[in-house]
Amino acid sequence: MMERHALTEATVAERFRGMEARLPEIDVPVEAERCFYCYDAPCTRSCPAAIDIPAFIRALALGQPARAASIILRENPLGMSCARVCPVETLCEEICVRASDAGGPVRIGLLQRAAMSECAPKAATPVPVTNTRVAVVGAGPAGMTVARLLAEAGVQVSVLDAGDRPGGLNETGIAAYKMLDDAAQKEATWLLDHPHIMFRGQMALGNDVTLASLREQYHAVVLAMGLAGQRRLAIPGEDLPGVAAAVPFIAAMRRGEAVAVGKKVLVIGGGMTAIDIAIQIRLLGAEEVHICYRRGIGDMGASAHERQLAREQGVLIHPGLRPLEIREAAGGGLDALMQSLREEDGKWIASGKSEFWHADQIFTAIGQGLDRSAWRGDAELMSLALDAQGKIAVDDAGHTNLPGVWAAGDCAGRSSDLTVHAVADGKRVVDAILAARKQEAA
Amino acid sequence: MASLYSSFVGISSPNPFWLASAPPTDREVNVERAFAAGWGGVVWKTLGIDPPVVNVNGPRYGFWRGDNQRVQGFNNIELISDRAIGSNLEEIARVKARWPDRALVVSVMFPLEEEHWARWLPEIEATGADGIELNLGCPHGMSERGMGSAMGQAPQLVEAVTRMAKAHTRLPVIVKLTPNVTDITWSASAAKTGGADAVSLINTINSLIRVDLDTMAPEPCIDGKGTHGGYCGPAVKPIALHMVAEIARNQVLAGLPISGIGGITSWRDAAEFLALGAGNVQVCTAAMLYGFRIIEDLAEGLAAWMDEKGYASVAELQGRAVANVRDWNRLNLNYVTKAKIDAERCIGCGRCFIACEDTSHQAIARLPDSTAYQVKPEDCVGCNLCVAVCPVPNCIDMLPMRTGTDPRTGSPIRSAPMSWLEHPENPVGAVACKTEE
Repeated sequence: MMERHALTEATVAERFRGMEARLPEIDVPVEAERCFYCYDAPCTRSCPAAIDIPAFIRALALGQPARAASIILRENPLGMSCARVCPVETLCEEICVRASDAGGPVRIGLLQRAAMSECAPKAATPVPVTNTRVAVVGAGPAGMTVARLLAEAGVQVSVLDAGDRPGGLNETGIAAYKMLDDAAQKEATWLLDHPHIMFRGQMALGNDVTLASLREQYHAVVLAMGLAGQRRLAIPGEDLPGVAAAVPFIAAMRRGEAVAVGKKVLVIGGGMTAIDIAIQIRLLGAEEVHICYRRGIGDMGASAHERQLAREQGVLIHPGLRPLEIREAAGGGLDALMQSLREEDGKWIASGKSEFWHADQIFTAIGQGLDRSAWRGDAELMSLALDAQGKIAVDDAGHTNLPGVWAAGDCAGRSSDLTVHAVADGKRVVDAILAARKQEAA
Repeated sequence: MASLYSSFVGISSPNPFWLASAPPTDREVNVERAFAAGWGGVVWKTLGIDPPVVNVNGPRYGFWRGDNQRVQGFNNIELISDRAIGSNLEEIARVKARWPDRALVVSVMFPLEEEHWARWLPEIEATGADGIELNLGCPHGMSERGMGSAMGQAPQLVEAVTRMAKAHTRLPVIVKLTPNVTDITWSASAAKTGGADAVSLINTINSLIRVDLDTMAPEPCIDGKGTHGGYCGPAVKPIALHMVAEIARNQVLAGLPISGIGGITSWRDAAEFLALGAGNVQVCTAAMLYGFRIIEDLAEGLAAWMDEKGYASVAELQGRAVANVRDWNRLNLNYVTKAKIDAERCIGCGRCFIACEDTSHQAIARLPDSTAYQVKPEDCVGCNLCVAVCPVPNCIDMLPMRTGTDPRTGSPIRSAPMSWLEHPENPVGAVACKTEE
């Protein structure tokens, strides 16, 4: 049973608005005043982007959300989307000195949301342009961070993206309820709206431009194209109609396309994307949604907070379960042969028991990999060293094995998959590029 | 259960909590509600001669808020009663008749001309009221007319007006003092010399509470302009405590009854005033912020604490702390304390560290590779700043050293006290410094 639904304004208003996490305006100063204004604050130390959290909260408490926003943006150009997607309960809020209070930690995430929601960040006076030129490949969180920070330092930046619009996963891969009101696009527009930045869409590295030509034209090239390849289950039936990878599906939904919505849905995976697709498909009308994950609940990439959100929407989460095969069911729909696993000495092994689960629709959300399909004709791209996980190998500063070529964000070996890690990566690469240019000049 | 019964200059009330002369005691309906809620007494809002004053028709109050939006300081530009004295007196008579066990004191502010005192004080007496309070403190509006704090700031006028009041009434006369003076004991002495039965203090402090940075006008703002007003609320309590203590410990003024006023919001505040020698307390801002119901919290809280400490009556508690208020040069310079951080309670916020490091004596060390902090006794002067900034209750203590050597000075700890008067480094010796006893 499949119906088609588009994510219209009405659907958003009716079903997604309530999911939005927000602090009521009246609570903002009260919550802000709970902050102890720690010195060398643990929250700041735990923030990958190193936002001066006590400083922005103090500005908020004193009634200056715009100044609070500028304090956030000073360290994290993606402060707006991070306020919506950061798993604060495992970062700043987990380590807040008030975490063990009866009232819980200071709600830093919601305060950042309050600081970032109402203000259009003020454009700073651009510094004079220098003769340094950098190409950034990919306009996702890492690429936009690099582009913005380099531009603010006077560098001429060309941002190339395979798609039409900037934003990357923020724009296409994150649950719609986290990015209502076109937040990701507004942020991307602001980030790239800088006199020193030129954005060029429909430019896929390998197909439309070669790495060699970029290295020739630019002083540095930053690879930040993310992981566009969807990891596969490698089981029979994976390509049957009704089985789909979650990320492209979310992207289509975010574009406003009508998407198929089954009555009974299985989601394979345990990360944020699994939660995102499960919640959204449920909000779009699925009656029964199961997340099946091969290991334990605590091993899931999705945080406790995310898992709770899913449960509140009626999503059922099953640990120790993996698909072995998917078949077309006799009466329509799909049958997935699900194998139970149990933990033994920290390892999850097959228990020998398996049974067919019926579903109308199955999503895979088991991670992404580097999409190298367009690389083959590009000798320099093929000479990039990869790490054991198949990502671009980089050193501590984000430098690849090719001189003048850097990598940041999901595609780079050292990065984890959070937006804020992409920002941190981008900052490191920017520092390294600027330092390298300075050294060359000396 | 401890008795809260109070007798102040012969005026009895079931508890020592009176509502101060202010908007809450402006009229019959308010005072009825206050007595029904349990207040021990009221000082009726200040009466003036007819024609009554005219108040502004815009905001009368300004305020500043502390954490969690709580009002900490409050200021007003309201005048004395803006109703005819005759109708006030009728209401007072009715209320007193209905509540004979409650204290009802009438605040007055008349020009220093005998006819007014001769005419009105007997009429007040006729209402059955228990006493007269002289408003010599109002710092705004009335002072520009030569009354209020304009009288209270000149000791000879305080004495003269007190004498005039005493001449025309048999009721106890309480002189309410303004804090807008250099030395409160001068005003209190003048009141005493004039024959006052008691003093009450403090009245409000002259203040300009806030400037609206959009309109560039002070608040409360009347058509784009503002004026100074009277400051009260929790923020003024320390100033009031000091002034009450100065009167209570003054040998010349000893025995002059004091009604304590100034920012009393909790039973604890009230107990502090009583401990510093006040015979009762008056409350206004707290009632204005929370309603008359707070009397339950004040009275029950005070009684519960008195039970806990074994004080059977208010009189037993009164003045317990007075002897411990001393001039600085009487403090024991041989007393040495060191801060101690309870590692179990410490949450690692670093506030004590940065406060001491930047603005004090660099006496707190951050332990390597941790967020734990430790006091360095060899640098700690015992100043208490770390205790002030620590957000965790009882996490940092100031511990007195009783024996051994102070690691900061290298001097042995001496058990015998030594004040500046006896200190070897005092260049002028005991005689020139002696200000007490």
